[in-house]
Amino acid sequence: MSSLLRHSGLPISEAMAFGLSSALAFAYLPCIRINGLPLISFRMPPRAIVKGLRRQLGLAMHFETFRSPADGTARLDALLDSGKLVGLQASVFWLPYFPPDLRFHFNAHNLLVYGREGDEYLVSDPVGETPVRCARSDLEKARFAKGALAPKGLLYYLSAPPPAPDWSRLGRRALARTAHIMLHAPLPLVGVRGIEILARRVERLPLAGGGARARLYVGNIVRMQEEIGTGGGGFRFLYASFLQELASVAGYAALGELAGHLVEIGDRWREFALAAARMIRGRDALAPPRLAALLRALAGEERRFFRDLLRAARAWAR
Amino acid sequence: MREREVPQEGNSTLAGHRKAVYAAGEDGRLRLVPSSGWEVEEIVTRQAVDDLARRSEEAHARALSGESSPLEYHMYRARMDLDLLAQTTGIWRWRVRRHFRPRVFARLPLALKARYAEALGIPVEALERAE
Repeated sequence: MSSLLRHSGLPISEAMAFGLSSALAFAYLPCIRINGLPLISFRMPPRAIVKGLRRQLGLAMHFETFRSPADGTARLDALLDSGKLVGLQASVFWLPYFPPDLRFHFNAHNLLVYGREGDEYLVSDPVGETPVRCARSDLEKARFAKGALAPKGLLYYLSAPPPAPDWSRLGRRALARTAHIMLHAPLPLVGVRGIEILARRVERLPLAGGGARARLYVGNIVRMQEEIGTGGGGFRFLYASFLQELASVAGYAALGELAGHLVEIGDRWREFALAAARMIRGRDALAPPRLAALLRALAGEERRFFRDLLRAARAWAR
Repeated sequence: MREREVPQEGNSTLAGHRKAVYAAGEDGRLRLVPSSGWEVEEIVTRQAVDDLARRSEEAHARALSGESSPLEYHMYRARMDLDLLAQTTGIWRWRVRRHFRPRVFARLPLALKARYAEALGIPVEALERAE
């Protein structure tokens, strides 16, 4: 997303794009299951992130989904041939340039296509260090994968260059929005309360039969936290980086302090991951109540943090 | 996380790739630092991969002993489950489950087999054998 804007003349870092679109969140969605395990997310769904950024920055951005894969591919080719950069949503399982062990059926992955050479696309993927190539048939399969969060060939592009942003106004709004999502979401599965519900669920994991199921369950949480997206620590470090950046471009120093606090919370998340991994490996005895206690402590810290964030956003307004 | 604390543990699951993580430098500012992997990630990824491998091995054994059709094995080999295969092919779950029965699977018309093969990303001939 940030590379899409950078290429169209608005220098913006990934952290800035993430923060301004109020992408940081927490959601525990037991009704959406992937391989029998609930979906746990540390950010908003990708579509919401992209749309959040469009609204915030006032971008002339277009979204298209397709019923037929052939139409989707033809449209992508047409856009590329007219010199556009195109963002896509795709399933990582069908992308051949991913390491095989990381290829799961995970549909909510975003990447950027910036050109085409014959039957190969030139792809800039936020996960990799360098641009990669992807064959047409593979990309088509990845874009039209089915299942939870199916991309339906979603593509997006800018039809006009982005206007110059007013960082303080945008920043203030984005901070308040994120704090509201984490503290006052209408659904208890979202935000800080979602972490607490997850803690309760972890506490009650059955240990029957050696606890294999419980191990998979906590492993899934850690995977969603560390493996998905950039930065680790469930995107907390990425958001902290956004706060620092916003503090310097908008000249509001209080945010720098909050960033420091959030980095500590990110470290706590990593400690949770470490404790969980040791239990999965059998180095420590499997003790779901201990993990639940860590999650509760995290929920408490995040509640405090987001209250401070909301206060800072309001103080800024005056 | 401090810059010097960024784990460089050479995860085999990353297959030589590196991923970027945010870490604070001496001045306290966060920046992107390449990491060759963290053992914790390796453990959870390996766990998920092993679980998928276990399911596909069990289905493989069932297919060889004639308890189940090769379709079930190939589904797990493609890291799918019943819900995902049903959604990808557009065939109802109960029908897919029925096609796990070897005798039903053997009489499946080519068109249906082709739909499964397409969804699983393998040729039809491969779908018919549990190898």
